[in-house]
Amino acid sequence: MEKETYNDHVVRQFTLATILWGVVGMTVGVLLAAQLLWPALNFDLPWLTYSRLRPLHTNAVIFAFGGSALMGTSFYIVQRTCHVRLFSDRLAAFVFWGWQAVIVAVAITLPLGITQSKEYAEAEWPIDILITFVWVAYAVVFFGTIAKRRVGHIYVANWFYAAFIITVAVLHIFNNLVIPVGLFKSYPIYSGVVDAMVQWWYGHNAVGFFLTAGFLGMMYYFIPKQANRPVYSYRLSIVHFWALISVYMWAGPHHLHYTSLPDWAQSLGMVFSLILLAPSWGGMINGIMTLSGAWHKLRTDPILKFLIVAVSFYGMSTFEGPMMAIKTVNALSHYTDWTIGHVHSGALGWVAMVSIGSIYALLPKLFDRKEMHSVAAIDLHFWIATIGVVLYMVAMWIAGVTQGLMWRASNEDGTLSYSFIESLEATYPFYAIRLLGGALFLSGMLIMVWNSYHTIRAGSGQAAVPVMPASETT
Amino acid sequence: MSSGWSWFIIILTLANIAGCWWLLRRYSGQRPGEPGADETMGHVWDGDLREYNQPLPLWWMMLFYLTIFFGIAYIILYPALGNYKGVLGWTQTGQYENELQQARNRYSAIYDRLAELSFDELAADEQAMGIGHRLFVINCSVCHGSDARGAPTFPNLTDADWLYGGEPDAILTSILKGRAGMMPPMGATMDDQTIDNVVQYVLSLSGKDHDSAAAAAGKPMFATCSACHGLDGRGNQSLGAPNLTDDVWLYGSDAARIREGIVNGRANRMPAHEDLLGPERSRIMAAYIYQLSHERAP
Repeated sequence: MEKETYNDHVVRQFTLATILWGVVGMTVGVLLAAQLLWPALNFDLPWLTYSRLRPLHTNAVIFAFGGSALMGTSFYIVQRTCHVRLFSDRLAAFVFWGWQAVIVAVAITLPLGITQSKEYAEAEWPIDILITFVWVAYAVVFFGTIAKRRVGHIYVANWFYAAFIITVAVLHIFNNLVIPVGLFKSYPIYSGVVDAMVQWWYGHNAVGFFLTAGFLGMMYYFIPKQANRPVYSYRLSIVHFWALISVYMWAGPHHLHYTSLPDWAQSLGMVFSLILLAPSWGGMINGIMTLSGAWHKLRTDPILKFLIVAVSFYGMSTFEGPMMAIKTVNALSHYTDWTIGHVHSGALGWVAMVSIGSIYALLPKLFDRKEMHSVAAIDLHFWIATIGVVLYMVAMWIAGVTQGLMWRASNEDGTLSYSFIESLEATYPFYAIRLLGGALFLSGMLIMVWNSYHTIRAGSGQAAVPVMPASETT
Repeated sequence: MSSGWSWFIIILTLANIAGCWWLLRRYSGQRPGEPGADETMGHVWDGDLREYNQPLPLWWMMLFYLTIFFGIAYIILYPALGNYKGVLGWTQTGQYENELQQARNRYSAIYDRLAELSFDELAADEQAMGIGHRLFVINCSVCHGSDARGAPTFPNLTDADWLYGGEPDAILTSILKGRAGMMPPMGATMDDQTIDNVVQYVLSLSGKDHDSAAAAAGKPMFATCSACHGLDGRGNQSLGAPNLTDDVWLYGSDAARIREGIVNGRANRMPAHEDLLGPERSRIMAAYIYQLSHERAP
């Protein structure tokens, strides 16, 4: 009998797709940042207007870049930690090509103005149905692989991937229950504030499960692997995993503070967002403390720098989030660019950086090389990306707080001190700094493309890796 | 909400908080038979992945407990558990009304004094015009421009031309109730040649370059237009029908734009501001606009 090998083909595909969509999504982001400074950059073309490109950007970075990263790494990790080949090669191939088809369909329809107008769920119903099929296939492959594992215990990374896959399925289906009135048009079955609540139940759990739980799974494999140290605390994993996935479910209403959402729902959203702080930080502690006893590696290994700084940004964002969910703070921060800064400290600082670090660790293995073509280029990428995120984040903090304060400032006669346009003028310098930060982050991605290209080209091929026998102690 | 749903929310909420509490209690200490802090759990994945079982960091547990205590206190004090109103009786509507009342109390002295003044007095009052200017920038400048000179389709408020009248009372009515300007589409009632002739006649009314023969041919058709614009084309402020003999053209004065207006009609809207500004501020606004076009500044 031929020796069983890992299915790394689909992992390679997803990894390359991640890099490609990362560059595409972030390029659109940089264009949008430039449009805020120079509106003429839409060239008077409807397809390039801010309103149509903005959802294209968010979908591209979350679902195309982040989704490909999650699917690729989960297929890699679930095989390695279950000591078994993927449940089905054909289904795995369907997941890859199906997901790419979804991405392309979204990238075509959104600029054409075809949208459900639900944030992060803009794709119209035919695409949503395709997403559902792909997601079910993804779940079958993932859980099928778990089911035929050759080890007793399921590794912690897989818990987080499992929670991500199950929850996103539920979120996707219930937020996209619509009545089609044509191939490209539908109406949600919910109306008014119920629609808003369902949307933000979806929206915030997309953050919680897509952008947090999934990437924690990535972190739980690549940090201990790269540091060659055991995970800090098993029991911390248990406590923060269960607390995180149960409490996240409630946090959505903090997007609807001081709206027509009933008071009780707003309060629960705020309370559970605060309780979420410690469970979120559990993952940060487990990631960073795994390095204890091996801190010196941070000096020499730029991949570990990426991973650890990503976890640090994660810790910062998950502190900032609960604070912004407090009603009094939210009254200032809501509707300002502070929110955009918060999102990007998570999306660039955490999601993108943990993915980039993981890909730098993964790519040489996938193409049979010892390490990336240029380790110095990884280091350069790290510094450019970090400076980019910090510029972006700080610019949006200042912009957001400025806007919030200007909007609420009033004169002795009760009139507002500033018109809206004045707050916009005050924001311009920070839009420029944000553009610089985003452009830096994108340039880092281009360095990654160069480095990956040379790594793959010089690789000795795509040899199938035999499945490692499970250790007797498991 | 029915009591069934209310209890559903209460039970889920409390169960989730209690679950967090239980997790913390259950895993806070070393359990018999568990590996010590410096030993791994004994599992190995992928050759070298292992797990320590370090105790939960104390500061982290304290943080978790703290947020749980805060959460419990909050849902006792504020509405959160279904139909339970909370000890403080707080509502978001109550907070809004309270803040509104505070603002009224704080600013009433200013507005009570101004309410006693006539439009002419308001227009000469420095404080009133300061307020008027600030209200204008925030509420009106989006359409009428920060210099109040308007923009295509948005009237200039600084000139002497008024669609609905430039006296303070008429301006106040425009602010309070809004206006809905409507020119009916006439394209279906005439052939192309006739429309061109009417366009030339309209151009002639305001002394613009025109084809006199065509204008003369179009004049009889203007009888229809005169129902609103008047026989002499000077408009009618009670209908908001513009004066066609002056040089003020909201939609542009070239033949193509005039033709477009005749064929397709025009619809325009000034939104009502009564609910937004209230009567006192609307009066100040009206005086401010009046003063803008009449240069009554002290």
